[in-house]
Amino acid sequence: MKFLPWRVGVFVAAAIWPLYWLYEAWIFALGPDPGKVLVDRLGLGTLILLLVTLGMTPLHKLTGWPGWIAVRRQIGLWCFAYVVLHLCAYLTFVLGFDWSQLGVELRKRPYIIVGSLGFLCLLALAVTSNRYSQRRLGARWKKLHRLVYVVVGLGLLHMLWIVRADLKEWAVYACIGVGLLALRIPLVKSRIPRLYKKKSASAI
Amino acid sequence: MLIKLPKASDCKESDVTPESFYLSRRTLLGSSLAGLAVGALPRWASAEDAMRYEGVEPGKAPAWFTDKLAQTQWQAVTVKGEAITPFKDATHYNNFYEFGTDKGDPAQNAGALKTEPWTVVVDGEVGKPGRYALEDFMKPYQLEERIYRLRCVEAWSMVIPWMGFPISALLKQVEPTSKAKYIRFETLQDPKVMPGQRSGFALIDWPYVEGLRLDEAMNPLAILAVGMYGRELPNQNGAPLRLVVPWKYGFKSVKSIVRISLVEDQPKTTWQSIAADEYGFYANVNPQVDHPRWTQARERRLPSSLFSPNVRDTQMFNGYADEVASLYSGLDLRKNY
Repeated sequence: MKFLPWRVGVFVAAAIWPLYWLYEAWIFALGPDPGKVLVDRLGLGTLILLLVTLGMTPLHKLTGWPGWIAVRRQIGLWCFAYVVLHLCAYLTFVLGFDWSQLGVELRKRPYIIVGSLGFLCLLALAVTSNRYSQRRLGARWKKLHRLVYVVVGLGLLHMLWIVRADLKEWAVYACIGVGLLALRIPLVKSRIPRLYKKKSASAI
Repeated sequence: MLIKLPKASDCKESDVTPESFYLSRRTLLGSSLAGLAVGALPRWASAEDAMRYEGVEPGKAPAWFTDKLAQTQWQAVTVKGEAITPFKDATHYNNFYEFGTDKGDPAQNAGALKTEPWTVVVDGEVGKPGRYALEDFMKPYQLEERIYRLRCVEAWSMVIPWMGFPISALLKQVEPTSKAKYIRFETLQDPKVMPGQRSGFALIDWPYVEGLRLDEAMNPLAILAVGMYGRELPNQNGAPLRLVVPWKYGFKSVKSIVRISLVEDQPKTTWQSIAADEYGFYANVNPQVDHPRWTQARERRLPSSLFSPNVRDTQMFNGYADEVASLYSGLDLRKNY
């Protein structure tokens, strides 16, 4: 497998955080409401991993290093893993497994609805992330995976409705998200500078 | 003035807390023996009383507070079958936006607050307005320990042993005029020691203001607190003088009070001014009326751990319906949230 140490490094870097937080909760370092802290951190982790995933293609365009593309799917799947943990933590620590209340939240709370939609999109992307699906879906696969741009919008909206007094942090993530989406606009995309020489050019 | 509230929810000390856990009998016994041994020395009183609860950091109690400890009526009101929140959690998980918006900020930043000397202004529609040094303000009142549930609007809750006196006793002193319909409380404004008041991103128009209808303030459960866990209030919990209204969401219980006014019109309270659709003037704990962004049907009783999340049903008026429901008969609580 190409880039093995790099792939393993990314794997470890993404896996280590939930384990570390669990350890912190274990030693009572997360304060009297550790469940809520975990829900918040896993949610923010999901958003950050989503933005990192979206950063891989522009980075590849910029540097020409194929390593960025090599870990793109892995980071995308980590994003999904985090959102699953986020959801589990929410069900456990916020709802206390009260399923009837979940029904109420899903009907009445805009930010829960938006978050659930985002989760369903990520689920669809994770399920179709394998090579078999890529072959089966052919050209439609690329179309389907453009859903990730929708997820960025849903994720940011979900966060906006939760923050209460301080918009500073949200604004930072929103700017990065909007920036990464802007890089997908053909006019902008064609202007990403290349910091490397094309192979054909160097061969001469 | 002594108000006994012999209600169904009352019980003895032994019912309150799993004693082996939060209130070690042995420690209590040991400390009371130690107390006996030095019983003749009054200045030991504060150290002894601080040991009523486990893990309480001793503070530097002002003399007027220490003097009142001997006459304090302990366990005047208790809660049934519920564990008292550990001191460490009640003092390190706070909403006190003057000192920062994170739960740990108040404990970290409130040390700079100077609570001695402290002045309280009483004004508005009263027969006896005045400007008092805190020790003079406190002179007429005997302290009572009130163990209350505290329900935050953010859906977490604690059980805290406060020490204070009923607002009704204060009203008796200051003699409201017939025009007085509401009581308004104001927190200290001092950007030099309160970083939250210096922040350009704050949505709050300082100082923090809260209020009650006069009949709510007269309810025996509504108190002004000066202590908790057998000691004076730590700064992050609203030292040296704060409101405690246990049947309302925590944000009503304004901290570090410098001004108490009797007024004719309903005061413009802080959170109501920021988001009137989310935070009402009444703010009574009500599991049937949701916050627009989350349910109020349940609450997370702190401390929770990963393996016992401790989510429980929220009670109407936070479990004080017997005492306060009559205040709101005929009022649509869905509209007057």
